[in-house]
Amino acid sequence: MSTNAYDRPAEALRSGDKPVTAPPSAGAKKLGGVAGWVDDRLGPAKGVNYLMKKVFPDHWSFMLGEIAMYSMIVCLLTGVFLTFWFIPSAGHTTYDGSYVPLQGVGMSEAYASSLKISFDIKGGLLIRQMHHWAALMFIVALSAHMLRVFFTGAFRRPRELNWVIGCILSMLALVEGFAGYSLPDDLLSGTGLRAAEGFMQSAPIIGSYLAYMVFDGPFPGEAIIPRLYGVHVLLLPAILVGLFTAHIVMVAVQKHTQYPGPGRTNSNVVGFPVMPVYAAKAGGFFFIVFGFIAVLSALVQINAIWVYGPYDTSAVTAGAQPDWYMGFADGALRLLPGWLEFHAFGYTLSLNVAIGALMLIPIMYGIMAAYPFIEAWVTGDKREHHLLDRPRNQPTRTALGVAALTFYGVLMFAAANDIMAIKLHMSINDITYFFRTAAFVLPVIAFWATRRVCLSLQRADRNKVLHGRETGRIVRTADGQFFEAHEPLDPYTRWKLVGFEGQQPLELTSGVDAHGVAAPSNGKWRTRLSRFYFQDVVQPVTPAELEAAHHDGHATEHLEAGETTKALH
Amino acid sequence: MNALAARRRHPAAIFLLLLLGLILTGGAYAALAPKPAIAAEASAGQVKEGQELFKTNCATCHGANALGTNVGPNLAGVGAAAVDFQMGTGRMPMAEPGVQAPRGKEVQFSEEQIAAIGAFVASLAPGPAVPAEEYTTGAGGDPGKGGEIFRTNCSMCHNSAGAGGALTRGKYAPKLTGVEGKHIYEALLTGPQSMPVFNDDNISPESKNDLIAYLKAMEAEGNPGGMALGSLGPVPEGLVAWVFGLGVLVGAAYWLGQKGA
Repeated sequence: MSTNAYDRPAEALRSGDKPVTAPPSAGAKKLGGVAGWVDDRLGPAKGVNYLMKKVFPDHWSFMLGEIAMYSMIVCLLTGVFLTFWFIPSAGHTTYDGSYVPLQGVGMSEAYASSLKISFDIKGGLLIRQMHHWAALMFIVALSAHMLRVFFTGAFRRPRELNWVIGCILSMLALVEGFAGYSLPDDLLSGTGLRAAEGFMQSAPIIGSYLAYMVFDGPFPGEAIIPRLYGVHVLLLPAILVGLFTAHIVMVAVQKHTQYPGPGRTNSNVVGFPVMPVYAAKAGGFFFIVFGFIAVLSALVQINAIWVYGPYDTSAVTAGAQPDWYMGFADGALRLLPGWLEFHAFGYTLSLNVAIGALMLIPIMYGIMAAYPFIEAWVTGDKREHHLLDRPRNQPTRTALGVAALTFYGVLMFAAANDIMAIKLHMSINDITYFFRTAAFVLPVIAFWATRRVCLSLQRADRNKVLHGRETGRIVRTADGQFFEAHEPLDPYTRWKLVGFEGQQPLELTSGVDAHGVAAPSNGKWRTRLSRFYFQDVVQPVTPAELEAAHHDGHATEHLEAGETTKALH
Repeated sequence: MNALAARRRHPAAIFLLLLLGLILTGGAYAALAPKPAIAAEASAGQVKEGQELFKTNCATCHGANALGTNVGPNLAGVGAAAVDFQMGTGRMPMAEPGVQAPRGKEVQFSEEQIAAIGAFVASLAPGPAVPAEEYTTGAGGDPGKGGEIFRTNCSMCHNSAGAGGALTRGKYAPKLTGVEGKHIYEALLTGPQSMPVFNDDNISPESKNDLIAYLKAMEAEGNPGGMALGSLGPVPEGLVAWVFGLGVLVGAAYWLGQKGA
């Protein structure tokens, strides 16, 4: 407060005022130079400051999504390079480039320009291979990221919407990949497009119209390559980048989840700030991913289009598979029996094709996107969760995930039945019969086995908490008794094993609450599902139990985890 | 009116004209028809030697007179080319029973012995002979044209890279890399095991030569992109991405996660 403030009597009225403080961004303005100039005009300092101070928890499994993000960036960069020379046209031309075995062969301009990129543009082959390897790694990494999110329960409230966005991103990535490898118009991609045309035709009633609409007439026509090009370089990348941005912004807004541990609660995030730790780590990781993809592309050949030759509707190649991420749909087609094709009233219903080619992907992604809501309904758990689950602490969810993964794996491996037949010297028929059976049997076995393994791990955790670590040291007492010395766990280790919530299945409610007021009943089915979900549930060790175990010493040795659970019920 | 014109209505004229036409057509066919490429004629001594070798090495399955048993097919009419292919690639004598005779690790007989057995089998009934070298090396052939023939006729079983492919019930189309041009030609000619016959009317000797030229040119080009992963396409590529790619990058993520602030 200044001392000469009383020149006019009225000023005295404001003698209690606090002096005007500088605006919060003054510190940033003091930066001066370019940063200050920009902040004066656009004012980003506050937002940047917020982002730079944002804390992220540290765990390798949180970086799987980063691998996907960086692979996508590599795809975008290399893709721009490829557009400089690629000609998206089915126009006819004769090859006169430097690859001898194809000289003088008639082909489309799309194929000829892909060959030109591969053989006559400096660095073209490397960039083409980087584009393809980065695309494979993008979908590999996003799938691994998705599995991490699923098995740790990171999709629970409030992150259900981000999970749904992730599902859409994953599905669009498949379509984007398919559009991309169909562009060079080589024999393999042409075969893939021919198959895609068949899939469209298998749609009941609208099939042939749909195929004619997409291909602008009968197969192959001249329209499909330019159309796919527009979808591949413009439409889908725009949607992917848009959804991906929303995905990341939601992570920032909702904060990152963290694994349970000492000091980590549902309302804090323990980790390092972006600046300087994560900026360095993530920036460095980008270059690791970029460098790795470049080395892989320099050493390992991918999609050798010159070997396949130009597409010709009369030709086909053995070992025609799609890229791995479409493998499960191809596998479903290979497993579906031919008798699923029906004829009635002069119409054909090709369920042998439609189930695998048209219905599988929407159904699979539909179930995936709906899972968070289904689980919340079954468990009745509508609370916010920022602490992740250890997969063993949710035996039924983990088992369901492994069962679904097993089913997916069976379909994916079935797409390689011919490769297995020649490499393992087996009959392709026997392999196919095995996979047909496995598609139904293995998921059930996987579910049961996974749930048992999870429950056993949880019981082992309980034992360890109650009785300590087995030291392998045998002690003889003065009166000749032998026992193995158990070492109590330190509190940090113990926290990991007990720091989860106890769970109870929903009870069938009568439809009225304690005061006799009508309340919605849980319903028979919901209660049954909930009981199934929490079957044999193992509760965390309570402080009282731990206390009892420590006091009674050997007296509680006989108390098995299963009995404890029953006692709690 | 000259003498020829005066006799044009002679009763014999029509027959003379027909005769002339037939001679011309026949002569032109003999001159222009696709000729089978034949390496050498067999001598009587060779046939005799071949028969002896056949009795001791092949008769167990194919029968003493090469007319077949229930474990080996009749060889009358398969020709010397079939013998040269089957024995020259080590497929015969077959090491063990199976759905298909695999290519042998080593050839069991000398070239002379194989030629002798071939001469004996060829003497049973006419069949395709061992082709002359003119069309079997790919020299002077057009690889571009050969590639088109290959993709239309061969790649659906042998794979567009010639890496081989699966057939039903454990049978397979073998890989075509590292196979002698002569044996490719003979396989086309005789259709061994599950393979169809592509005779000289179907694919001419020149086109067969183009085909061999294509396969040799592909081999000569190698793999400009790096390791080819068995030339088996997207399956091994996906395997590399999952196992090697994800493995290395997760390893890097783990390493970064271990590094403190």
